[in-house]
Amino acid sequence: MTTAVAGAHEVHDDHGPEKGYRRWLFATNHKDIGTMYLVFSLSMFFIGGTMALVIRSELAIPGLQFVHPEFFNSMTTLHALIMVFGAVMPAFVGLANWMIPLQIGAPDMALPRMNNWSFWILPVAFSMLLSTLFLPGGAPASGWTMYPPLVLQTGDAFPFLIFSIHLMGLSSIMGAINIIVTIINMRAPHMTLIKMPMFVWTWLITAYLLIAVMPVLAGAVTMLLTDQFFGTSFFLAAGGGDPVMFQHIFWFFGHPEVYIMILPAFGIVSEIIPTFSRKPLFGHDSMVYAAASIAFLSFIVWAHHMFTVGMPLSGQMFFMFATMLIAIPTGVKIFNWIATMWRGAMTFETPMLFSLAFVFLFTIGGFSGLMLAIVPADIQYHDTYFVVAHFHYVLVPGSVFAIMAAAYYWLPKWTGHMYNERLAKLHFWLSTIFVNLTFFPMHFLGLAGMPRRIPDYATQFADFNTMASIGAAGFGLSQLIFVYILLTRKKGPRTTAEVWENPQGLEWTVPSPAPHHTFEVPPHVGSKDGFE
Amino acid sequence: MIRKSLLCLPGLFWAGQADADWAMNMPRGVTELSAETYGLHMMVLWVCVAIGILVFGVMIFSLIKHRKSAGAVAATFSHSTTAEIIWTVVPIIILLVMVIPAAETMIKMEDARDPDISIVITGYQWKWHYKYQDEGIDFYSSLARTSLEARSKGADVDPYDVDNYLLEVDNPLVVPKGAKVRLLITSSDVIHAWWVIDLAIKKDAVPGIVNETWFRADQTGTFRGQCAELCGKDHGYMPIVVEVVEEDAYQTWVASHH
Amino acid sequence: MSDEREEMISNKALTVRLLAMALGSFAFGLLVLPPMYEVFCEITGFGGRTNATAAQVIEAPDESREIRIEFLTNVNEYAPWEFVADVDSMVVNPGRMYFATFTARNLTADNKIAQAVPSVTPLTASKYFKKIECFCFTRQEFAANEERAMPLQFIVDPDLPDFVDTITLQYTFFDTVRVSKNAQTK
Repeated sequence: MTTAVAGAHEVHDDHGPEKGYRRWLFATNHKDIGTMYLVFSLSMFFIGGTMALVIRSELAIPGLQFVHPEFFNSMTTLHALIMVFGAVMPAFVGLANWMIPLQIGAPDMALPRMNNWSFWILPVAFSMLLSTLFLPGGAPASGWTMYPPLVLQTGDAFPFLIFSIHLMGLSSIMGAINIIVTIINMRAPHMTLIKMPMFVWTWLITAYLLIAVMPVLAGAVTMLLTDQFFGTSFFLAAGGGDPVMFQHIFWFFGHPEVYIMILPAFGIVSEIIPTFSRKPLFGHDSMVYAAASIAFLSFIVWAHHMFTVGMPLSGQMFFMFATMLIAIPTGVKIFNWIATMWRGAMTFETPMLFSLAFVFLFTIGGFSGLMLAIVPADIQYHDTYFVVAHFHYVLVPGSVFAIMAAAYYWLPKWTGHMYNERLAKLHFWLSTIFVNLTFFPMHFLGLAGMPRRIPDYATQFADFNTMASIGAAGFGLSQLIFVYILLTRKKGPRTTAEVWENPQGLEWTVPSPAPHHTFEVPPHVGSKDGFE
Repeated sequence: MIRKSLLCLPGLFWAGQADADWAMNMPRGVTELSAETYGLHMMVLWVCVAIGILVFGVMIFSLIKHRKSAGAVAATFSHSTTAEIIWTVVPIIILLVMVIPAAETMIKMEDARDPDISIVITGYQWKWHYKYQDEGIDFYSSLARTSLEARSKGADVDPYDVDNYLLEVDNPLVVPKGAKVRLLITSSDVIHAWWVIDLAIKKDAVPGIVNETWFRADQTGTFRGQCAELCGKDHGYMPIVVEVVEEDAYQTWVASHH
Repeated sequence: MSDEREEMISNKALTVRLLAMALGSFAFGLLVLPPMYEVFCEITGFGGRTNATAAQVIEAPDESREIRIEFLTNVNEYAPWEFVADVDSMVVNPGRMYFATFTARNLTADNKIAQAVPSVTPLTASKYFKKIECFCFTRQEFAANEERAMPLQFIVDPDLPDFVDTITLQYTFFDTVRVSKNAQTK
């Protein structure tokens, strides 16, 4: 156990944080910025979730009851953009902001003012995107993938779409730079890279991925913009361009993007399972190598999103092999988590429940991913609900559950009080049951022949669609329990600095709630701190 | 503590049940390659099921046995190079084994030589156009009127009262059983995709580009498909119907369409 | 104090380097990937595109082999042209030059400009289909109601892989006005 009690003294601030709106608008404190990211992410989760409920309401029974097809397409487009760029990514950045300085013994992020801009860009970007719902011609409706020529049929919303994506990208890139500089430069003395917690490791890798690929998305959408307004023909066949080139460039970004959305989740689960198994993470070094391998491999598989576009056989073979390869390091991680549990002494508090569900259900998402890699089979799965089932399994009981696990795990550290464990378990069980009810039937729908992105369907698909819609409604309502738990976060008993039983990591050496400024004096990191 | 079990899983083993309403699996289809595709799908599915049973079995066992409340005391081991090697190498071998039959099927799928019939398929917002190269027949194929009447928001007609709701067209594609049919697929506006699940064919229709594929149907029947690439507001309303008929019925159809 | 300053300097240096990496990635996506894609398509023929400028060839006919060439035509987005191939197909020997003509007619009473875009299948054959003269190399200007013949002179490279016996060439006529926005009319 670390002996230094760093941060207990407010070295410089006699006045505490600013009062009122100024504290938040001009925030440079990593905890405040982390909180803002998390609150923003939760709001976006509900907005994106409402759009999902519009989609699922329309799809509950055959026939068109509530919305026109073009609005339905806007809902699917915005639902994806909001969940990916507004909910999942900001949540992970928020967790990074809160926890990375604490976990490495740093007083704050390396670039606190850039940190402020990184956050505040997001409400601007999303207001811009959501405002397109009110434009004549409506919001973008070409899917979050924005393939030309279809996307060039977007009306007035088009420049708003492009500009908001640029802003989101800018925010992510600045956040990633901040995270890398913080991790590289601001670790406490003697905290070598090997000793870093897994959450920090996975975020270091994720941040490099972000810097490598978000700008490529920016390039791709810039080319869409110039094709539309400035007479270029990157993607217009008439001018010598190629619509398929967009798909290559987009997915060159898009595939690493999905690993950006899961690697921090791997890091979170790699911290929570050891804590509640009372046993060190199995294969720590191997876990780091596996995460790095996944990141590297993510650059060479992009065309598995395009197997039906008209690809030469050699291309199909290469991308099939490479995609199947990613299963290997991913499998290694799953086996290592189970080996961590094996012969541990487990208890099942809510963070552990969400982490265990993550391992189980993310693995199912991984299985459908492996199936999708097999090219002839993918011919039948591509653009069907089988794909929708796959990515929702890895993103919802995958990324989202990991975020919730992290929230429950670290909430007592943030607030100083234990959350309501009974209600939290209810939140967990309802979420798990309903997430499976929503997305498991979608495997069957896809296999039976239901395409994606359609507002209405042939009657033989009705039963599983109704099931999925009920599941979606249940899942959405269950999240209100989470909101209630957050609103009543200070009602429970006070917690200690440790909160849980003998957790590893510097964050557990500061008081709960963590003081506004921590580790103004770097802590002593010794070999007895449980770092291997 | 039991993890929610996948009660639906056994259902995945049934292929193409009689009751289409609760269909849970890919159909075997009516071509040799659609059957191979189905076989590859089932192979990878069974491999995943087997790995899942093993992995989840170990996990569930551990969740029950290694609970603090059951008196478990935590061990301290935290690595094993042997284990890491085994669970890296064994999956690699499994993958290599799966790749071989997949590659064989892929090679066959690419071979569109010596067709009996060539049809040019053009995607439009929101219908298909078919042109038989040698027979001099061409026509548009759009969503059937019966479906059109029921599809709009708040329509009076109940979709359940419409035969093959959203999967019926005015002019189907007609081909003879046993003929090798080559398809040349393109688009006249945005990207669409031509997909008929029973033929295991899905190919993007890209403006300015011609994509080639082929099938040989071994059974007669009516086979339905849909556009499989988002193409605008009526993406869900441009289905495909292929009627595979005996050779003489096909000749009759050709004669009547000249 | 000096520790703090060192950290500040290295923060700044690292930040600048990472920003450069981000900018480099943007430049890569915008300026390198598209030309790289073009070059890859050209070298491998995987885009089905065929040569965009006249090919220089020497005839060396291989009379032992016959290849069937099929011609397809398409008009994009209901553009107001009639565009047909004068022959649907022809049988050729690799290594010999051939002519094929297409006929196009401007159906409107205005001057119009069209661009023909070629596409070849199978993909493995496209780099062996060489165009010596093609109306697709340049924009084609049509006067009102003008009809004219569009010539194509081509040669099939004798190195065409053995397993190819049919090459299909499609031309799509595009009106050179932008893709119409809001094509979604009820």
